[in-house]
Amino acid sequence: MASITLENLAHSYHPNPGGDDDFALKAVNHTWEDGRAYALLGPSGCGKTTLLNIISGLLTPTRGRVLFADEDVTASSTVARNIAQVFQFPVVYDTMTVEQNLAFPLRNRGMEASYVAERVGRIADMIGLQADLKKKARGLTSDLKQKISLGRGMVRDDVNAILFDEPLTVIDPHMKWELRTQLKSLHREFNHTMIYVTHDQTEALTFAEKVVVMHEGRVVQIGTPKELFETPAHSFVGYFIGSPGMNFVPVSVAGNNARLGDETMKLTHDYGHPNGDLKLGIRPEFISLTKGVGLPVRINRIQDAGRHKFINAVLFDTEINIAVDASFQIETDMTNVILDPDKVSIFCDDWRIDAQSAGKKDGGVT
Amino acid sequence: MEKTVNQRAWFLVIPVLILVAFSSIIPMMTVVNYSFQDTFGGNDFFWVGLEWYRELLHSERLWDAFGRQLLFSSIILSIEVPLGILVALSMPKKGISASICLVLMSLPLLIPYNVVGTIWQVFGRADIGLLGRTLSDLGISYNYSQNAFDAWATVIAMDVWHWTSLVALLCYAGLRSIPNAYYQAAMIDQASRWSVFRFIELPKMRGVLMIAILLRFMDSFMIYTEPFVLTGGGPGNTTTFLSIDLVKMALGQFDLGPAAAFSLMYFLVILLISYVFYTVMITAEKDEVQS
Repeated sequence: MASITLENLAHSYHPNPGGDDDFALKAVNHTWEDGRAYALLGPSGCGKTTLLNIISGLLTPTRGRVLFADEDVTASSTVARNIAQVFQFPVVYDTMTVEQNLAFPLRNRGMEASYVAERVGRIADMIGLQADLKKKARGLTSDLKQKISLGRGMVRDDVNAILFDEPLTVIDPHMKWELRTQLKSLHREFNHTMIYVTHDQTEALTFAEKVVVMHEGRVVQIGTPKELFETPAHSFVGYFIGSPGMNFVPVSVAGNNARLGDETMKLTHDYGHPNGDLKLGIRPEFISLTKGVGLPVRINRIQDAGRHKFINAVLFDTEINIAVDASFQIETDMTNVILDPDKVSIFCDDWRIDAQSAGKKDGGVT
Repeated sequence: MEKTVNQRAWFLVIPVLILVAFSSIIPMMTVVNYSFQDTFGGNDFFWVGLEWYRELLHSERLWDAFGRQLLFSSIILSIEVPLGILVALSMPKKGISASICLVLMSLPLLIPYNVVGTIWQVFGRADIGLLGRTLSDLGISYNYSQNAFDAWATVIAMDVWHWTSLVALLCYAGLRSIPNAYYQAAMIDQASRWSVFRFIELPKMRGVLMIAILLRFMDSFMIYTEPFVLTGGGPGNTTTFLSIDLVKMALGQFDLGPAAAFSLMYFLVILLISYVFYTVMITAEKDEVQS
């Protein structure tokens, strides 16, 4: 096991890539620390799978290097890297039984029969396939097949990392929870480095210690779920994490004064005089609806979502969402909002700026 | 809701019935008719019952031809199937080279059967043929019209040349339909090349392979034109397969009764073997799904 370092990694599916747009993956620098559980979060087509395939050696990057500990493995084969990977859709060996499927990666490495039997038994227990071991893999349902794929990914205990590429897409919702819990306990037990690709934020936030958010071929932020929620480094993170996502309102900033429409709001920090396309970002949870105090809004509609109510309103020509408790009584004369100044973020050209680096344009993690 | 019973609907199938009657039922029944009768000049028919069938079932000539036919089909299947798989595996997967390969592979399939026979007949001739001349210049005695072994080798080589592409193209189609994730998973699982073939490619090609084997079996079992042009069934009777024998009997000797009985039995044998084959294929598939 070792840490995995990506150095200036870029990949293009074009034979002769020209501009930035030709790259599915644009300049990624990142170290996956040994033994951590990461989630790689981003919308479909943002380069997550490309990144995984480069780590496992299924793809050779156009530029940059991949290091395991200090060893350059950019040119090494998948076999030499000894990595496990589980794909989005089930891949099983049709003619084999469930047991043979699970044992396959071990047998290929020439492990002893007693060790193979022990590992297979253990993994089958974990993913709940003990009763199906002797069945042919071919006739099984797709969620059972995906469990086999998961099992094959976890059966080797000497791998450098286990990569999961949206592995629970075809699994029933209640099984998803259970399997994710199993994966976590497996992680605690063996301390494999795990990278879990998903576009489902709940999955990412519950699985991982650190979440890596990707957007258009770039890593835009790496952080704990809390950091992503409270201090998104890029407007995309704000928008992508949380449901509904962060609200963005055009703003102009001078020192610690923010001007929204024709009203001024005090900020808790001094941001200097930033130039560029400025937006104020605030989560729906940190806006409160009031009578007469604060900024004027016009309410469009109210949605009841069980524990919360979501209010869709217009603040200076911008649509915003406000989240309130289900028990909160909304009255007709509540036409103002107060934005919690502690929870306000200022974004300049989509990147969050913080008070310390006031005036700097690019405050994000790259 | 009650269904309305309207027998007039039967009239709608009349055109098809007429077509089928003229194209298969009547000709077939004519053959059946011949097989139970003896004919003399002037269209005199004489009922003989099962006489022709009995005679043929005890005819050494027919059994010999049947044996040769089985041997021929097994040999070409055991060459063409593995060879076709091998060719399909080594064909380029995409790009212009794949298209060129596909066109080249289809060429033998587009050549008329008797032209194939003629090509090989000339090709193998010791005086002017490229193959025959080369072999005799190398000091290897080769003469497909005199030597039974040479005749067999040439007929088999010709069939392999003509039909391996069919197997290869079918297998190629099967291989192309395997999602890339299977190969990726195999790489992750550190499977050897042989394992990839054994556990991914072969199982996924199963369906098309079955079709290829069935087609090649039926075709080779009915082969007529190519060996007829090449060897005419000779030397002696060594390459006389069932259909060559049948034509000899029907048109050479004009024994219409026995020939009719012969064709019906021939037809039933092919039907039977194909049916058995098909059933085995289908049940094997079902078993696999259920178990």
